[in-house]
Amino acid sequence: MYNKRTVIPGLAIFVLFVTLPLWYNGLSAGPIPKPELPPNGTKECVAPASEMRDNHMVLLNEWRDSVLRESGRSSVSVGGKEYPKALQLACMECHSNKEKFCDDCHTYASVKPYCWDCHLTPVEAASKKETH
Amino acid sequence: MDNQRRKFLKMAGATALAGISAPAVVKLTASPALASSAPAGHGAATQDSHAQPAAHGEEAPKGVRLGLLIDMRKLYGKPELMDKAIAACNKVHNIPHYDDRKNEIKWIWKTPFENAFVDQSVYHSSKETKENDFLVLCNHCDEPPCVRVCPTKATFRDEKNGIVAMDYHRCIGCRFCMMGCPYGARSFNWFDPRDNIKEYNPKFPTRMRGVVEKCNFCGERLAEGLEPACLEAIKETGAIVFGDINDPNSEISQVLAKEHTIQRNSSLGTKPSVFYIV
Amino acid sequence: MIEKALKGNSAYWMWLAFLSAFIAVGAICYLRQFFIGMGLTGMGRDLSWGLYISQFTFLVGVAAGGLMLVLPYYIHNYKVFGRITILGEFLAIAALIMCLMFIMADIGQPLRGLNMILHPTPNSMLFWDMVVLLGYLSLNLICGWVILTAEKKQVKPPKWVYIFVYISIPFAVSIHTVTAMLYCGLPGRHFWLSAITAPRFLASAFAAGPALIVIFCLIMKRVANFDAGKEAINKLTTIIMYAALINAFFVCLEFFVGWYSNIPGHKHALEYLFFGLEHGGHVYNNLVPFMWTSVFLCFGGLLLFGYMKIAKIDNDLLVGLGCLAIFIALWLDKGLGFVFGGLAVNPLNEVTEYYPTANEIGITLGIWAFGFALVTILYKVAIKVEQEVEGH
Repeated sequence: MYNKRTVIPGLAIFVLFVTLPLWYNGLSAGPIPKPELPPNGTKECVAPASEMRDNHMVLLNEWRDSVLRESGRSSVSVGGKEYPKALQLACMECHSNKEKFCDDCHTYASVKPYCWDCHLTPVEAASKKETH
Repeated sequence: MDNQRRKFLKMAGATALAGISAPAVVKLTASPALASSAPAGHGAATQDSHAQPAAHGEEAPKGVRLGLLIDMRKLYGKPELMDKAIAACNKVHNIPHYDDRKNEIKWIWKTPFENAFVDQSVYHSSKETKENDFLVLCNHCDEPPCVRVCPTKATFRDEKNGIVAMDYHRCIGCRFCMMGCPYGARSFNWFDPRDNIKEYNPKFPTRMRGVVEKCNFCGERLAEGLEPACLEAIKETGAIVFGDINDPNSEISQVLAKEHTIQRNSSLGTKPSVFYIV
Repeated sequence: MIEKALKGNSAYWMWLAFLSAFIAVGAICYLRQFFIGMGLTGMGRDLSWGLYISQFTFLVGVAAGGLMLVLPYYIHNYKVFGRITILGEFLAIAALIMCLMFIMADIGQPLRGLNMILHPTPNSMLFWDMVVLLGYLSLNLICGWVILTAEKKQVKPPKWVYIFVYISIPFAVSIHTVTAMLYCGLPGRHFWLSAITAPRFLASAFAAGPALIVIFCLIMKRVANFDAGKEAINKLTTIIMYAALINAFFVCLEFFVGWYSNIPGHKHALEYLFFGLEHGGHVYNNLVPFMWTSVFLCFGGLLLFGYMKIAKIDNDLLVGLGCLAIFIALWLDKGLGFVFGGLAVNPLNEVTEYYPTANEIGITLGIWAFGFALVTILYKVAIKVEQEVEGH
């Protein structure tokens, strides 16, 4: 190998630099977030919690395409309860605490879904209310 | 050594290229994607019209095609009624208000006859035509040029009801549809719309900066069994009629059968679904 | 080979630093636009395409213009262009990268750009434009680089590369044809709705591209000791003359159709561009001086070339001035007039004038400066390789 003396220390520095966040946090991932359950006391969701935790984004995309692109605006029925296929009109009805439910995990995992660029959170919807 | 590295780089490059283009190739060869790019129902409709070219614009009705009729006779001299319909739409759909023309966003608005109907003569037009504004909105064309030009299928014609809809999640903001639309029915969000919305309708989303938006024939309200917001706002006048123009028994079809109606820029072959009695 | 770009005299570095200043300003302007919104541009609801798209359109032409070197050299075996064909290919690379940058500057959701590939839509001309532009870019990268590498090693280029060279010829035509099709298939846009749009684009491209190459050749003769050769320059100016004349002829045809048919929609844009359009008691004419400048520069350049050819005058400065005049004329015609003129009257017969904002001009200049920097670097590599080989 050419330039052994520069390449190997260089590689070592590079690896150290890339893994800096791990060392900086002392190899701990920090406290695991505990999203708050629906304030209205609902226990049932459209799918079991574990499945929702893993796949809620897939479900939301499916709902979106079904409602917008395939005119599938009919609601889904789970356990005798009707849910419209909607983030703003279904999910947020129970999970009205977006800041403590959605954001808690999203911030931890450093994902920034663009849902809220358009969809109103309950807090935002209430911020500009009808005055009359 | 050097040779191997070159080989590796070549392979890596080729793999990356293949990786990037793979989704496009897969999508293009998978049949559902092809079906939606050249919709089957659409093809049938054009075939019909080709079969009888003499019957200008006549075609065998196929499925549901929602349409809207504006009876301007009931709105002459009453601009406040039109404003009411416009305000209802703005409120229901969280449409921002800008004072300048440049950033304006409008789904339904009023405009003089000569602007609404550019291919109709305005020489010696009647007093009513001259003095009144006309309500205009997206025509939900049967042959929509905006859909034809969209590079991502963010705007598309819903085959189940004929609504020309927008998928704001997919729009890349190229504004090609605004170039294609011969009715000026589309608006672009030059800034974050939320700064200019006075009050929210909590049941409907807003839009985000950088996407195009337009009238959706109140698809979200129809699903709930409601009528379009503009119609509902001035329902007592009966100036707006909405329904399936392919169903001969619908109210709109019966009015269309009885009255002489005109359409905007019908010579362009877009087959609008909005009709006017003037 | 890229290391050749890292060695240069102070003028070379000064020039790149000068361009970098513009690039930096452009980058800052772009960040502002990215974070605040496209509302920082002069575009609006009625005039929703502007400077970015018009520069894109013009630069596709510059990229296609390289064909006027590639075609004679590879198809007709016209050896005189041997030294400069690579310049055409490298100019196409730089112009196409600028095109892609202008597109990214123009779309409202640049982070979603890949939707064009994730949701391919063959009925959209924009989709096909992406396909042919990326195709032409790859072809030029492959051909340019492989042929230059072979030249450096003083061996014949591998045979397979000629397949790509020959494919690149119809691709050059296709990039500008499809770009014209973005415009000429839109109902309700009368000025663009003309079957002559694509041929007109090609004609102006085949004048503007070579004109730029001649200018670069003359500059490099002075600063880089690179001589393209009198015969090559002469032949190029002949090509430029014919192409510019055909473009002017096509524009005149548009005038004939508008005025003889007397259909208002066909006349509006040309009236607005050349004479000022009266509408609702106001005359809209902000592009009139630009368009007449374009006419005078175009015919000025043509007369100059004609005179030089008849009187057999050979003067680099005059050739350069002629090329510059024609290049600017075509830029005004296509890089400003075509897009803005077609949009001034909207489908509702409302008239809007377009004034780009400072931020928008900053981004545009930044991208142009980036393009010039790219051309400088690519040409530096190409020339150094050629000089190295000839020095042996």
